[in-house]
Amino acid sequence: MTKSLLKGRVAAVLPGNTDTDVIYPGRYLNITDRDKTAEHLFELAYPEILARIQPGDFLVAGKNFGCGSSREQAAAAVKYAGVGAVIAVSFARIFYRNAINLGLPAVVAAVEAAEGDELEIDLEGGRIGNLTRGREFKAAALDPRAVELLAAGGLIPYLRRRYAPDSLASR
Amino acid sequence: MPRADAPPMTLAEKILARASGRSSVSPDQIVVASIDLAMSHENADLVRKSFREIGVSRVWDPERIVIILDHRIPAESEKTATTHQAIREFVSEQGIRHFYDVGRGGICHQVLAENGHVLPGMVVAGTDSHTTTHGAFGAFATGIGATEMAGVWTEGKLWFKVPSTLRIEVSGALPQWISAKDLILYIIGQLGSDGADYRAVEFDGPAIRHMTVASRMVLANLAMEMGAKVAFAPVDEQLLSYLKKHTHADLSACAAWRPDPDARYEKVLRLDAGEVLQEPQVACPHTVDNVKPLSALGDVRVNQAVLGSCTNGRLEDLEMAAYVLAGRQVHPRTRLLIIPASQQVYLEALRLGYLETLVAAGAIVNPPGCGPCVGVHQGILAAGEVCISSTNRNFIGRMGSKDSQVYLASPAVVAASAVAGRIVHPKEIVS
Repeated sequence: MTKSLLKGRVAAVLPGNTDTDVIYPGRYLNITDRDKTAEHLFELAYPEILARIQPGDFLVAGKNFGCGSSREQAAAAVKYAGVGAVIAVSFARIFYRNAINLGLPAVVAAVEAAEGDELEIDLEGGRIGNLTRGREFKAAALDPRAVELLAAGGLIPYLRRRYAPDSLASR
Repeated sequence: MPRADAPPMTLAEKILARASGRSSVSPDQIVVASIDLAMSHENADLVRKSFREIGVSRVWDPERIVIILDHRIPAESEKTATTHQAIREFVSEQGIRHFYDVGRGGICHQVLAENGHVLPGMVVAGTDSHTTTHGAFGAFATGIGATEMAGVWTEGKLWFKVPSTLRIEVSGALPQWISAKDLILYIIGQLGSDGADYRAVEFDGPAIRHMTVASRMVLANLAMEMGAKVAFAPVDEQLLSYLKKHTHADLSACAAWRPDPDARYEKVLRLDAGEVLQEPQVACPHTVDNVKPLSALGDVRVNQAVLGSCTNGRLEDLEMAAYVLAGRQVHPRTRLLIIPASQQVYLEALRLGYLETLVAAGAIVNPPGCGPCVGVHQGILAAGEVCISSTNRNFIGRMGSKDSQVYLASPAVVAASAVAGRIVHPKEIVS
């Protein structure tokens, strides 16, 4: 279940058009355990980022974040590395859907922030505060369907509740 | 079909209206659409895992699921072999008949086309970003992730935000040595990598209607590289005659899948192919929108030339390469990889002698599949190496080392550059 108010630190600020291959190289696409994908996050282009991600940290990016491939591992690697939310000027559509489906908040906003800044994201209120700089930014409202999915913790728990409620009891 | 009194709609709107059971839809509306075809490749294994986690026992409709192995064929590692094995077991357990194993298919998008799986008016979801390719068949076809596909396997539907539509009308004729690849690279260069984000694109106009279905697939395929959700080519006589050769399905209702003449567009772009495409276009490292006319490149020496992929590995592409390379030799510093898009393309290229010409010129032929395009196997680049490729992406490390470089161009430019050992205009090789 995703909380509406998220607080964290900016682990990295990434340029516009950061593509899926930069986020998660194609050579590791045969890794299907979501938590293991995290080991290869930004491995080719920015190998230094992974080590500095603390649980709950944010990524801040320019336009069209996650453009390119449909690989879900790109969103999974971000989430399982511990990132609490990605804030970008815009997202490529498949990455956006993958993130929400995995329960990773993808927030559309143009924020001024540097690595290490403390941010507070109000998902429902559509507001992002940069606590370090005392600035506030507006975020786009999430699609109603995205709100529903994030509240459920992602598409799998959402569908499980709907189609296989019996399997919930055994978990 | 939408009712006759429905407001005028674009093709994307018409298809989503039909698939969501409405008489009309308009941009930004959220609809739940039934899925006519659900395609996956090796990531079917990831889909399978998410599907198991959801906990239902049977897929919603095994007849509507197509699985094609193409990204890592034949298996390059034990890990991949295990993935393939799990997929084979799953398709057998679920009664999924449309499964194309190693040696039976080829690249997923080509296999769907050749086997007549896609018809105008369909909603197609694929766990591959280049699923937009099937807009060349008048289908609303788009890429999704694996967990989302597990949702499709569960309930046979997906939510969509109805996209606004960008209409691109191309007049004129393509000059000699200029192909659909040059046209779409030019357009991506103009609009940018996010120029069609979340939007539908309709390609039309005399230059498009004159193109083969294979060339229209290039446009729809690469429209993904400017962010398009879907990209259509016109449903016309040429398409219908292609479909007649590839399916026994009833095509009588197909011609209705065209946009209304007074549909509302976000933007209409008009360009004259003869005017804007004076020379071949090349997408330079490391973004697909970094497009330059070939003459602006200067001296770019290439270690590898790749002709293949879901973008440009079809028969007409191999024919062009054979035409350029006939009686010539690949440059000593360059390796030329040829990857037919499917078994069918491979066989036809064999029969027509294209492969003999190419192999005699010093090319190596890889099995029909994605080859080195995803950076997994069959032609990985070392640090410092440069590749000219007919594929679709030139991102950092896409085809190997993060310090390698990939330039994207047409099959003619790839073949000519293989001969010259540097990126050249084909007219320098074929006089």
